[in-house]
Amino acid sequence: MSSESLRIVWIYPDLLSTYGDRGNALILARRARQRGMPVEVVEVRSDQQLPATADIYLVGGGEDGPQALGAQRLLADGGLHRAVAQGSVVFGVCAGYQLLGTSFFAKGVQCRGLELLDLKSDRGESRAVGELAGEIDPRLGLPPLTGFENHGGRTQLGPEVSPLARVTAGVGNDGATEGAWRGKLLGTYSHGPALARNPALADLLLRWATGAHQLPPLDDTWSDRLRNERRSAVAAARA
Amino acid sequence: MPLRAKVASSVSRTAAALSRAAGRGDGSVIGGWIGLKIDPDLLAHLSAGRAIALVSGTNGKTTTTRLTSAAVGVLGRVATNSFGANMPSGHTSALAKAGSTPYAVLEVDEHYLAQVLEATEPHVVALLNLSRDQLDRAKEVAMMAQLWRAALVRHTDVRVVANADDPMVVWAATPPGDPARGINPPHVTWFSAGQRWHDDSWVCPECGSTIQRSGEQWWCTGCPLRRPEPQWVVEDEGVLDPTGAWHKVSLQLPGKVNLGNAATALAVAAEFGVRPVDAVSRLGIVTSVAGRYAQVDKEGRNIRLLLAKNPASWLEAFDMADDAPTLLSINARDPDGLDTSWLFDVDFAPLRGRQVLITGDRAYDLAVRLDVNDVPFQHVRTFDDAIRSVPPGRLEVIANYTAFQDIRAELDRVI
Repeated sequence: MSSESLRIVWIYPDLLSTYGDRGNALILARRARQRGMPVEVVEVRSDQQLPATADIYLVGGGEDGPQALGAQRLLADGGLHRAVAQGSVVFGVCAGYQLLGTSFFAKGVQCRGLELLDLKSDRGESRAVGELAGEIDPRLGLPPLTGFENHGGRTQLGPEVSPLARVTAGVGNDGATEGAWRGKLLGTYSHGPALARNPALADLLLRWATGAHQLPPLDDTWSDRLRNERRSAVAAARA
Repeated sequence: MPLRAKVASSVSRTAAALSRAAGRGDGSVIGGWIGLKIDPDLLAHLSAGRAIALVSGTNGKTTTTRLTSAAVGVLGRVATNSFGANMPSGHTSALAKAGSTPYAVLEVDEHYLAQVLEATEPHVVALLNLSRDQLDRAKEVAMMAQLWRAALVRHTDVRVVANADDPMVVWAATPPGDPARGINPPHVTWFSAGQRWHDDSWVCPECGSTIQRSGEQWWCTGCPLRRPEPQWVVEDEGVLDPTGAWHKVSLQLPGKVNLGNAATALAVAAEFGVRPVDAVSRLGIVTSVAGRYAQVDKEGRNIRLLLAKNPASWLEAFDMADDAPTLLSINARDPDGLDTSWLFDVDFAPLRGRQVLITGDRAYDLAVRLDVNDVPFQHVRTFDDAIRSVPPGRLEVIANYTAFQDIRAELDRVI
């Protein structure tokens, strides 16, 4: 950790917070505090400078216009690139995932991404809307991914990143893989409060940020029930 | 009316009656749907000769439509789609069923506003608010505002009554005219109803700059878009009209949001020439709207039903609810939207200290949200379990769309 408290930056909630994205900041902060870590959550609006010294940066979902604007301002600001160079954790969701790559499409125009992840996104033939599930890269040691996706993009991964998961329901990147990760950077199409359904993923980000190999377990009764219920619903829809 | 329209209108009424008799629904959609199949211009034919007001927005449409019908009722009979069937089939059905009336007040789904403006050629259109709602299938907020604006450019003769507190609405209501072709922008009367929800209007829809707020004022930091001076304003327990006269409003509906809806209703009625002093007493007649705000006594509990469909309306529901045991019920069926992410846009902290029960298809999504929010709760399987879990007295029920309908059905479809 960079200082006495864990610093979480929520990037541009005025642009990139389409649907419940605040949840990821709330969940990380709560799970850290439950382990006795002091936490500071900083919301940085798009007209403010990004601090380069936080531990975790969250980039949420957004409409085309705000996505393009958000990428432009992050490129101009440079703070996120400095933070990544210093080993900070970045978690990107949906539009926030796409803009971490080299390019993405917004309003029919190809836009330059932050080039922090080796991937590029273009438009799919149809919008991917619905439950998303997958088996996560075994090297990350996490239970299956569950989420809801709502995006028009298709994402092609380059050789420098690994897929976050192999898709078992939904579309994700291209119907086969979902999300991507490299080092302490991770992105997913599981949109909005993705960590609500994936507390183990939240703990992975906390471990990356703190360097802890293990974190004390928490009572996850309700998220376990939610995960089971969603898994049954996805199975029932397929049957 | 052309013969084809007459036939269509008559078949439409019959189908609606059959649907009700068969217990398949309240008949407010099916009749219109069949009528429109026979005569696609039926809505336009049924609208001809009526002075019409349309009411659209993300939240408060049904209640404002009901209050506006009551206010315009000062002048004569009013046709209205009072069951919340707010797409063209519902409008067609409502007008066919009402027969010939001098006035109509129609609630319009925000996605259909352009189409219904075209078909009904209204005298007034009321624009309430725009916020995030069912994004798995609905248009995103800025796109919706753009559609409204484009529709109003084609109908600059309509009188607009719009919410000065919502930047998206203000921008949508003020398309530029085309002086070269002699087209003036539409005439707008502004009301202020307050707006608790700000998270969809931090970015200017005109120029992309940040919108600043201070008290009730807001302004764009990059272009001239700013809050217009409202002519109708909620003040204390009443409404200030454009002449500066204050009218006490005694509603049977709870919450500041309904005072705002009342101000809107008076402003729309004024466009038809109704004086607020004549209309204001009629607003108190409205007790519940399609089950919303209804109170039912059961097993010693006074159960009050509040509908909350999206983040903005949850904030309003918390404002209305008494400090009493509260049941929250969440579904995610088609009419609700399949995505429950919005639960994290709502701060449930106002419920801390109350007995909170949760139920519904997606109770576990709500459980995780409340847990993160430090709001203790108890999960119950059925509505009856909920009733038995609380002491005699008030039970507030806040539910989203189909969860609300499920509970209404348990209470035998209270109106």
